[in-house]
Amino acid sequence: MLTSLLIVLPLAGALVVWAAPLPREATAALAVLVALAEVALWIVTLVGFDFASPVLQNSAQHEWFGDLGVSYTVGFYGFSLWLAGLTVVVGAASIGFGAWVGRDRARAYYGLMLFLIGAVVGVFAAQDLLLFYVFFEAMLIPIYVLVGVWGGPNRISATVTFVIYTMAGSLLMLASIIVFGLSQGTFSLIDSGTSGNDWVFLGFLVAFAVKAPLLPFHGWLRAAYTEAPPEVAALLSGVVSKAAVYGLIWIVLRHFPGPVNSWRTVVLVLAAAGLVYGSVLAFRQPDVRGVVAYSSMGQMSLIVLGIFAADNLGLTGAILHSVSHGLVSAAMFLLAAMLIQRTGTDRFADLGGLAKGRPALATIVMVVGMLTLAVPGSANFAGEFSILAGVFTQGWGYAVVGAVAIVLAAMYTLRLISGVLHRDRDDAVQEESLDLRLGELALVVPLVAILLALSVWPASITERSFPGSAPVTSSSAASP
Amino acid sequence: MIVAASIVTPKIDWLALSPALALLAAAAICLLGAVLVPSGGRRIFSVTVAGAGFIVAGVLAAVVFDRTPQQHLLIAESMSRDRLAALTQVLVAGFGLAAVLVSWGDRRRDHVGEYYALLAAAGGGMAFFVSAGNLMTLFLGLEWFSISLYILVALDTHRKESLEAGLKYLIVGSFGSAILLFGSALTYGATGELGFNAIRIAKGADDPLFVAGMAMIIAGLAFKASAAPFHMWTPDVYEGAPTAVTAFMSAATKAVALVVTLRVLVTAFPEQAEIWSVAISVLAVVSLVIGNLAALAQKSVKRLLAYSSVSQAGFMLIAIAADNELGGKALLFYLIPYGAASIGAFAVVAARERELGREVTLGTLEGWGWERPFYGAARWVFMLGFAGFPFTGGMIGKFYVFSAAYEAGWWWLIVIGVIATALSVYYYLAVVRSMYMRPASARADLVVAGGSPPPDPALELAIGAAVVVTVGSFFFVQPLIDLATKAVASLPF
Repeated sequence: MLTSLLIVLPLAGALVVWAAPLPREATAALAVLVALAEVALWIVTLVGFDFASPVLQNSAQHEWFGDLGVSYTVGFYGFSLWLAGLTVVVGAASIGFGAWVGRDRARAYYGLMLFLIGAVVGVFAAQDLLLFYVFFEAMLIPIYVLVGVWGGPNRISATVTFVIYTMAGSLLMLASIIVFGLSQGTFSLIDSGTSGNDWVFLGFLVAFAVKAPLLPFHGWLRAAYTEAPPEVAALLSGVVSKAAVYGLIWIVLRHFPGPVNSWRTVVLVLAAAGLVYGSVLAFRQPDVRGVVAYSSMGQMSLIVLGIFAADNLGLTGAILHSVSHGLVSAAMFLLAAMLIQRTGTDRFADLGGLAKGRPALATIVMVVGMLTLAVPGSANFAGEFSILAGVFTQGWGYAVVGAVAIVLAAMYTLRLISGVLHRDRDDAVQEESLDLRLGELALVVPLVAILLALSVWPASITERSFPGSAPVTSSSAASP
Repeated sequence: MIVAASIVTPKIDWLALSPALALLAAAAICLLGAVLVPSGGRRIFSVTVAGAGFIVAGVLAAVVFDRTPQQHLLIAESMSRDRLAALTQVLVAGFGLAAVLVSWGDRRRDHVGEYYALLAAAGGGMAFFVSAGNLMTLFLGLEWFSISLYILVALDTHRKESLEAGLKYLIVGSFGSAILLFGSALTYGATGELGFNAIRIAKGADDPLFVAGMAMIIAGLAFKASAAPFHMWTPDVYEGAPTAVTAFMSAATKAVALVVTLRVLVTAFPEQAEIWSVAISVLAVVSLVIGNLAALAQKSVKRLLAYSSVSQAGFMLIAIAADNELGGKALLFYLIPYGAASIGAFAVVAARERELGREVTLGTLEGWGWERPFYGAARWVFMLGFAGFPFTGGMIGKFYVFSAAYEAGWWWLIVIGVIATALSVYYYLAVVRSMYMRPASARADLVVAGGSPPPDPALELAIGAAVVVTVGSFFFVQPLIDLATKAVASLPF
């Protein structure tokens, strides 16, 4: 019941926002209210959640169409509840940012943002393959419009590229879903068993590799992340990419143990290459959002390393890192947007010296930067450490690559911090450019606060993701 | 109630024929109205009569559906009373009613009575066509609705495009009908039988003439379904015809042609399934390739939708090629959201056409979605429905079609279907892209003539209903599939 409410509330909010002829401010207020109510609802779910139990919780089930064995089944496990929590928090911050800057065409905008949040929560809750596909595809529509209407100058080519990449992947997944579901006799993720079909496996893998993105499937990333409105980019990199994490863990690992083993090296090599490639490119980007975009690619590759590590440590690290990376990259994109609001640009060549006289901005950018580069003691460090420790079991080479990438992360993050905050002040930065205002702090500080809390207590997630004998580890522990 | 072959006075099951007869009656009354009713009240009279005709036909077909658990052959096995026909008649009635509503705002000055009479007559022909039980009634029904449509397409006599489209449709359509007739003759020659059931039982299946006849029947029906490579008339006719007629044709003609293809192949030619399922899947692939690639290049929205309808025919042919019960269900289910989205999509084109008074292209749609949010939102629903996105029945339809292909072992058809879907997303989204993502055009020629257009509640009702069906068929799959299952049960799978 709670799970269905978590999905339906933003979707219903979207319909109300679209249908009700409210003025702009009222629409924004309504949308923010719905987003906050969603966070509250998630907290209620969290409080009542039994993390020691390995079964589906807060589940709801309805017949959809029985002759092919498709049903509406939703619910949460420990790890998916965390991903849903990431969604609602980042979603609320993003909608709040939209309200702060006062996006035009308000009813369409806020409706789409709420719709996106509902769809992502649906992805993390779906326990039926076709339902999963429904929400997975449903995410695409609002992103397409949000980027295409409210994005930057090259928004149309960015959004079309994004849609074509994603559609190609997800339609292959649809073919795989049909073959897998019909051969199993059910589409339920709970009841269906395992499959050894490599083609079906690859259909799923490619869909999630595009979404993450993994190395050869990242062509959409740069344009989509930089042309999107920053708060949408925050959702895209912070939250939507985590749909791939959920799919890889809950569909690929669990239902394709054989193919996972035979393709493990390929995926691990691609992920390791993507990690280095993304990090190197991040170091070369001329603007803040470019750095965050490619760093995002690197971090997602790292998470995939953890997922395919065939080790409980790597897997729980992947969940922790998914949450902390989601919060960090959302915060980064929002900060980039605030920079652009002040200076009109986020290119390092035109920025610099913003730290002087702007203590709040400097502190927040610094803290988020430190978290991004995974300074020891941070939640990101805990996540990366578990992932690397986990993937070490697959070969020390991956761990070495990961360690190198952490150094690269430090390099590009420090370059970003000094490019924005330090050096001499450049043309775009005016003396009167404001420090972060209260409204902006209200958006970013909660994200940072959660990150700091996770840094103090990373076990809150790692020990509450896969209780007991997680089905994931039992299937992947069979690896040679 | 199978009547013996020695017919003196065949017992006629009037209820089974009633949907077609109701529409014929409506057509006759409309024609009378064209003469007797003064010109001032002629439009409201004709619309009322034609609309009532479609409603009555739909209700009668629903009654037939309800009261026909078993298939009966009527009138010397020339007609079939069964749920497959009845369900398709309900669909045709719904599409026809929507077409009447879309036509209402089309302020034609002449031929008002004739227009609605022909629309009802075409609907009646389709109702007759889908219950055909032998090759004669099949041809009769086909010609009946085709001739009505030839005239309807050309009825805007003041527009050159309309006349051209009518002529093209007449020539190509007659060609298709001739092929169908020739194929029927060959089949009759090989087996000595006309009835679908009799052909199945008859000896002579080894005769090459028999297979040639079957192939020509498939080709003749493929013309009507505008499956490639028999689609050449489609873009020109869809573009030139009055938009309400295009809407009706794209939904209803395709529906009946595909349902009858399924019926004929499964009932009369089950022994040759290995041949025709390959032939149909080739047609499906060609339709998907040609429809999608050609649609990518279109600027005119009606032409784009025409090519999209070719590719949609490809998807539905996959369901037929599967040659299993699931495929039959898939086809009948697919037709519901497809038909609704198709009528709705052309209705939205009609709305813009009436505002501008000229052809609707991607360019003339620029920024229109923000000006007219209802039409814009509806356009979204229809395009997403065609492309098979979630929250529209189009997604479930594709899911069923691919499932049927998988069950038949045609996994490569799934792959091609999936690739075609990915391609189609580009042009379906191009329509909404131009409506929302390009700035409202400052071009003077896009200013609506004479201020804001008059409200058109009938058109909005039709579009609203199409939206409800397109979206509703996503949420209420089970009841619709139950209907489809019952309908398919009348076929000998």
